[in-house]
Amino acid sequence: MKRFLTALALSAALASAETFVIQNATVWTMAKGKFTGSVVVKDGKIEQVGEKVMVPQGAKIIDAGGQHLIPGIIDAHSHIAAEAINEGSVSVSSMASIDDVLNPEDIAIYRALAGGVTTANILHGSANSIGGQTVITKMRWGTDAKTMLFEGGRPGIKFALGENPKRAGNAAVNVGGTPRPQRYPATRMGVEDVIRQAFIDAREYQRTWEEYKTKAANGERVVEPKRDLKLEPLVEILEGRRDVHAHCYRADEILMLLRVADEFGFKIRTLQHVLEGYKVAKEIAAHGAGASTFSDWWSYKVEAFDAIPYNAAIMHKKGVLVSLNSDSAELMRHLNTEAAKVMKYGGVSEEDALAMVTINPAKQLKIENRVGSIEPGKDADLVLYDKNPLSNYAKVQKVWIDGKMYFEREKDLADRAAREARKKGLLEKEKAAAPVQKKDGAAPRRGGPAE
Amino acid sequence: MKKFFVSFTLAASLAFAAANDTFLVRNITVHPVTGPKLDNASVLVVDGKISEVGAKVTAPKGVKIIEGKGLHIYPGMINSATEVGMSEIGSIRETSDTGELGEFNPQLRSSIAVNPSSEHIPVTRANGITAVITLPGGGSTENRGFAFGALNPVIVGQSALMHLDGWTWEEMELKRTAAIQMKFPTIQMLSPRAMMMDLPGAFPRNTFAEAKKSYDRRIQAMHEFFEQARRYQKGKESKQPGLRRDLKFEAMIPVLEGKTPLMIVATRNRTIRDAIEFGQKEKIKIILAGLEQLGDNAAKIKELNIPVILGETLTLPSSEDDPYDSTAALPGLLHKAGIKFAFGTFDTQFARNLPYQAATAVAYGLPYEEALKSVTINAAEIWGVADQIGSIEKGKWADLIITDGDPLETNTQIKQMFIKGKAVDLSSRHTKLFEKYMSRQ
Repeated sequence: MKRFLTALALSAALASAETFVIQNATVWTMAKGKFTGSVVVKDGKIEQVGEKVMVPQGAKIIDAGGQHLIPGIIDAHSHIAAEAINEGSVSVSSMASIDDVLNPEDIAIYRALAGGVTTANILHGSANSIGGQTVITKMRWGTDAKTMLFEGGRPGIKFALGENPKRAGNAAVNVGGTPRPQRYPATRMGVEDVIRQAFIDAREYQRTWEEYKTKAANGERVVEPKRDLKLEPLVEILEGRRDVHAHCYRADEILMLLRVADEFGFKIRTLQHVLEGYKVAKEIAAHGAGASTFSDWWSYKVEAFDAIPYNAAIMHKKGVLVSLNSDSAELMRHLNTEAAKVMKYGGVSEEDALAMVTINPAKQLKIENRVGSIEPGKDADLVLYDKNPLSNYAKVQKVWIDGKMYFEREKDLADRAAREARKKGLLEKEKAAAPVQKKDGAAPRRGGPAE
Repeated sequence: MKKFFVSFTLAASLAFAAANDTFLVRNITVHPVTGPKLDNASVLVVDGKISEVGAKVTAPKGVKIIEGKGLHIYPGMINSATEVGMSEIGSIRETSDTGELGEFNPQLRSSIAVNPSSEHIPVTRANGITAVITLPGGGSTENRGFAFGALNPVIVGQSALMHLDGWTWEEMELKRTAAIQMKFPTIQMLSPRAMMMDLPGAFPRNTFAEAKKSYDRRIQAMHEFFEQARRYQKGKESKQPGLRRDLKFEAMIPVLEGKTPLMIVATRNRTIRDAIEFGQKEKIKIILAGLEQLGDNAAKIKELNIPVILGETLTLPSSEDDPYDSTAALPGLLHKAGIKFAFGTFDTQFARNLPYQAATAVAYGLPYEEALKSVTINAAEIWGVADQIGSIEKGKWADLIITDGDPLETNTQIKQMFIKGKAVDLSSRHTKLFEKYMSRQ
């Protein structure tokens, strides 16, 4: 209830977003094709979409001049705005949550916006077989960590298979001359074992609570079981209340995880990276897991040596719901042209390619009722490109989230001189306030290399 | 006799027709790069070299004809900084041959460590790249230690210009020593080991004064190395008795003579400035590589006519305060300043994405023609091979790509490729795995 009220208060705040009409745009709806026309935005939501629309009274008119309007890009795998990524000391770190380390001032948020991203799934790292909890965020730059959260976004958790969780258990890892203690697992066999054992424990924990609740409901005097913050999220997975986003590369480990999930009766929501997904596309499609992959990364490690840029196209053609993710603050800035690579490698159509960074990741994160396409009733998360968004020559001009403008290239350009002047002023102020330097050295400075 | 002669010429023309480095491409849009495009034109290749280009080219009798209707022909692209062939799997030391131990290694020849059977070669050329520059010191543009190898390398070896086709590295070599690669030191507040491990908190920090002192020492050591090389050069010229042959100093002689450029990797304002100053003091020809910003060096670079090899445009700004598009806008700024530049990707796995780096620069201010030149003729000029490759002009090697559109756009298909006039197989590990697993029922 409290959560609902918070959401209500927030949507009330957003109601102050203005009513406007984007006219004369090439609209990629990602639901009903592409057309030239208008989109009406009211109270932060898309109200009308069409070649002809009713312009509400007092609405601001934005002439797109034929430019391309697409739904905000959704990145299903990112680590931006997270102050910490890996709780790597244990094999199961389901008690840790990205929620606690979200930094709304990370410049990567603004840069992602400038690349057309409006929603991102912020994940824990891949050091553990079962990693930490994840959060879905909107790139509401300039707000606070709480406001960045996607209201009602489904809770998630990171799993990781293959080399990363194996390596984290390798004694060769040596920090500042101190060997890190060995940590199970160090093989793919061990990774499977850790996951199975964790779910066996979770089931037992679930049963303990169910028994307690039944007895308590019957009026029996029973002691409440001790809460286990590690197992609670796993119970949520078993009960379909938390989504698994699993980092994986090789076909064998992908299949292993699908079978473990089958054994315990839950679904893997998304397979992340899933670079050899093309080898087991049939099995992935049958399980119903989404696949969120890189367009063309390969060869950076052994498990990525069979990675091919045709991966997304093959999985797509074999019935898997595919998205393209970044896992990188840089790549995140041009997911639109990453989508173009799926056209090049495997001949996926223009709209199916763009779907892989809009409506498909929305479906994978189960937020497609809110975002991912330009349809009446959806959040007004929109991106205006000067050219076809699948072209390398296109750049983002404007970005709205909930009908509010969060990025405008023209404004960014216009503000640069003032920003530069402000920075200079601050530096001079700092200099003036700095203590007199000793003969033997300058005062320590913040930051890495001195320049 | 006459009969014999006829059969002789017939045999000769048959052989001529069969030679796979002689052919005519016709009815195609020719993009010579050095001149305006020609619609419905032809390119004649004889013995691997471009023999004629134009609207009216008469084909020798029996020559193989390639119909180019609706297609385009461009010179093959040149990636001016890669590890292609030198590194196979990024995380596995055994598969990497960049980054030798030691500070001064001008004698190391990277071409001999290029594996002609590397899976990266067919993958890279499938996107229209016909030649690459190799980086003996690895692709990292950061002036810190290698992931493997030396911690503070300075002169890291000889960069070679390699064709992406050949049975051996020798056949691939276009120019064995295109440059000698140097990684310019930076002022390091953190120890190289700490930076390498990306664990700044685990190691004590230097004060600025300490860091500056060690930086100055390293610059001094570089001047000393040059000084020793110069003494060796003099000794050699004057046939000094008892002079022991030294491969390091010998490799430096073409640099001292201004025949081979020193390619200095320098990313940021101060390092770039110091690198230029170093080149001036030593009176050598330099190429700047891996720049992430221009800082206040534009006028100087232009004045001294220093060519630049730009790193990725698709990379993050080097500092938090930089405009979000600073890396994408950098090539346009260089062009405006009148600086000649080419693009490199400084790696292996993304070497194939060279054209998209150039295209991104176009979106942020670089004229399209300049972007195309920066991956073709400008690169050839910078590496001193403009008489051999880089454009579709008579007398050059037939390094050609036939495309269905603009080669800088992602969704363009490379239909055919020729290196030295020889048709190159565009299949790769990737296309083979694609076919294999598409056919899985």
